[in-house]
Amino acid sequence: MRLVVDLNRCQGYAQCAFLAPDVFAMHGDESLLYRPEVEEDRREDMARAVAACPVQAIMVDANSPGGNPGSDREAGR
Amino acid sequence: MSVDGSLDRLKREGRIVVVGASLAGLRAAETLREKGFAGSLTMIGDEPYEPYDRPPLSKQVLLGRATADRTGLPRLRAVDAQWRLGVPATGLDMAARRVRLADGDEVEYDRLLIATGVRARPWPQEDEAELDGVFVLRTRDDAEALERSLAQGPRRVLVIGAGFTGSEIASACRERGIAVTVAERADAPLVGALGGVVGEVAAELQRKHGVDLRCGVMVTRLEGDSAGHVRAAHFSDGSTVEADVVIVSLGAQRNTEWLAGSGLGAGLRGIACDAGCRAFDIRGIVTDDIYVAGDVARSPHPLFGYQFLSLEHWGNAVAQAETAAHNMLSESADRRPHIWVPAFWSSQFGVNIKSVGVPSMGTEILIAQGSRSEHRFTGVYGYQGRVIGAVTFDQTKWLQFYQQLIETTAPFPPAFPTVDRRPEGQQPIPADFPDPSVPTHGPTVTLSGYAPDDRRLTFTPARH
Amino acid sequence: MTEAILRQIINYAHRADPYPLYEELRKTPVYHDADGPFVLSRYYDIQSLLHDPRISSDARNLKTPATANPLAAEADDETALPPSFLRLDPPEHDRLRRMTNRPFGPPHSPRRVHEMHGELKDIVSGLIDGIDNPDRIDLVDQFSYPFPVTVICRLLGVPREDEARFHSWADTIAASLDPDPGADTDERAKVSHNARTELGMYLAGLIEERRKKPGADMLSQLSTAGGPDGVMTTMEVLSTAALLLIAGHETTVNLITNGMLTLLRNPDVLERLRKDPNLAVPVVEELLRFEPPVQLVPQRTTLTDIEVRGVTIPKGASLWLVLAAGNRDPDRFEDPDRFDPDRGDIQHLGFGSGIHSCFGAPLARLEAQLALSELARRLENPRLLEDPPPYRQNAVLRGPRHLPIACDGIRP
Repeated sequence: MRLVVDLNRCQGYAQCAFLAPDVFAMHGDESLLYRPEVEEDRREDMARAVAACPVQAIMVDANSPGGNPGSDREAGR
Repeated sequence: MSVDGSLDRLKREGRIVVVGASLAGLRAAETLREKGFAGSLTMIGDEPYEPYDRPPLSKQVLLGRATADRTGLPRLRAVDAQWRLGVPATGLDMAARRVRLADGDEVEYDRLLIATGVRARPWPQEDEAELDGVFVLRTRDDAEALERSLAQGPRRVLVIGAGFTGSEIASACRERGIAVTVAERADAPLVGALGGVVGEVAAELQRKHGVDLRCGVMVTRLEGDSAGHVRAAHFSDGSTVEADVVIVSLGAQRNTEWLAGSGLGAGLRGIACDAGCRAFDIRGIVTDDIYVAGDVARSPHPLFGYQFLSLEHWGNAVAQAETAAHNMLSESADRRPHIWVPAFWSSQFGVNIKSVGVPSMGTEILIAQGSRSEHRFTGVYGYQGRVIGAVTFDQTKWLQFYQQLIETTAPFPPAFPTVDRRPEGQQPIPADFPDPSVPTHGPTVTLSGYAPDDRRLTFTPARH
Repeated sequence: MTEAILRQIINYAHRADPYPLYEELRKTPVYHDADGPFVLSRYYDIQSLLHDPRISSDARNLKTPATANPLAAEADDETALPPSFLRLDPPEHDRLRRMTNRPFGPPHSPRRVHEMHGELKDIVSGLIDGIDNPDRIDLVDQFSYPFPVTVICRLLGVPREDEARFHSWADTIAASLDPDPGADTDERAKVSHNARTELGMYLAGLIEERRKKPGADMLSQLSTAGGPDGVMTTMEVLSTAALLLIAGHETTVNLITNGMLTLLRNPDVLERLRKDPNLAVPVVEELLRFEPPVQLVPQRTTLTDIEVRGVTIPKGASLWLVLAAGNRDPDRFEDPDRFDPDRGDIQHLGFGSGIHSCFGAPLARLEAQLALSELARRLENPRLLEDPPPYRQNAVLRGPRHLPIACDGIRP
């Protein structure tokens, strides 16, 4: 599963790093580092991370569980 | 709907060609499909890889936390395209609506999107650039090669140029315990983008993390050993640094050479287009079937005095690609302007640096929140009495507020108190850019609305 | 008509369904009458103000003391302790929150919450196993209440043998936050004060012990771990522990109870969740939008005159940000009054936003996901015995006091 985080949107709430620590890591207080490709056995953690992102910044392959943020991607800026 | 049905025909059975198979190209392709384009879609890319994400190359990949071949961009939807990867476009025939490829093939289009991006500016001395151990960092291959050489434990790495990429490379090296020298022509890192006041903080960060930072110097010569491997660099101040890895990080060049002679308004500074992403031809007349998006585009931004801005920003590539794709399939009345407010981020030395607006247009800066000495602060840039940009170091949660100030052309300095205002934030100080650009000051424009369909421009007469 | 809205929201009679009142409130996006607070109810306004550095969380910046706030008594959960980071502005807020985060989350403790997964599941299983009479279950007393208290005990490192005492203090304090209007106020204040004092002394003792012999628990690490921000004082640790207990507990109880109530009102979703536990992820996000456990943020104030939608809110004014109203703003969410875990776009305000966004959010999410998926899986044919159920008094931390349900049996 491939993923990308829109780091312009990311505000460092770290929900993903709590919920999927094998994929996402905080680097310092606010910077996010993530693995751009993860194995299928991380899908449950990934679904949690994608859903929990308060700014809906995590995008994954469309055929992956958890899907993607809604079409209103500009909202809430 | 289309008056004569041509738009419907385009959507149903038209041919769209996208030159450039990176972030902007992919997002445009996805948007075209999302908007109902059912015709044929061809994606042309000079690299042999499917679209991948570049920001991780100077961060996760150099830190050894991800490999360069695992940076592919997720597909937000199926694009159902014919991929011509590893085959650069070499020419454009505007009259015949044809793109020529390096393998001699030609691809016809009804609509063309150019998203060929930029490449790393190479070290100017070709023989020196060819020494083993001399790298640039832009592509997957670059990152893979550089990471491999860092993994071998070089004695010292020299980074030439302390912009964002150079600083991130230095940061990754230090985190891996590798000795690093950074050579920067200006007085501090990041000054071109953020000015000297903030550059000083960046310099402090580098030195605190053990970087041998040398500012105000130029590298005059790279010296190789008998085996053709780089061994030292000579500086303009007469000093020499021994290094077995040298990374040239001197910015980017736009990939427009393939358009030479085509009649399109393309050159060293990119491809000029209107706010609707339509390319200008060389006469300054806007084309109707050729669109531009991403790093290679230069487009006028109403919020910044209609300056033609070239933005090598991830978010710009996404937003401009979406706008271009939307407009490619729209009647003129339904087109949208690309009015994305510039924004970027950088992660270095454990600090998250984020910016909105155009700080480099600023003449003054106010440290509105936090403190530079703690490396946690929000800086607001002012230009001719209005807020023009903002930067945060580990304070990103406040940034959207300052973006609103920029969008509404709020007065500078902001006349209100905030939480966490320190003594250093009582007065603005000169932002200290090496060469401030001085745009003309026309009428001002403000942005409003949240959803893409609601984004509105409001014109107000000039203040003076 | 509009004059009465705030009083109606506070009025217990509307506790079961305040949403029509919020809809009314949204018609006046910046609502203010007489010397009451300025009330914001639109999504985008609330979202902006939560990121606005001209807004303070420090009550010392209020023009009139907090007692004038009709919610002050309920919201005031701290006594002699120094203010927790919830009620501080940067830089103090940032410093204390960073220090509290050090033993809790990334970057320093990236796996703490993730690794509680198994333990959370065991606690949930144990509580469901303990249900003796499927004909009448009070989901609050038998499940949603004890669950988060046990989790906080484990997180802080309260010894197992002390957990029962801890539960009893937590119950008393929680009851004091949710006063029964008929009760004797002096007596209630005394009981609550005693519980706080005893809990404080207990924690202080535990902190002393952990300072001498630190373990892997949060309290040990809060008391001893030194980072660039230094070590917390005993008072700061106490204040932080109290915040974690109160804020982390009250909200999670409501999230789980509101969740089960909403699922029982939407049996199709409950059935889907029974078959697919992964649905708990979007269900919990939609719950945080649809029935947020913290309905409004009543403790913000302006550092200067600010303008919102053409209305000037003067410096030092009290602000209410009605998260639950913003979450149902039709300008932001399509068909907002429908509970729909499949809506792709659930960017709710349930955990707030900005620097004060819920500290325990990841833990609350996991707790609620596990609780609801396990309840859905194990309760056979569950049904509500009372709808609406009896609510707690509290209008801010809104949720049922009891949730009487019945089921045909408990699946293994």
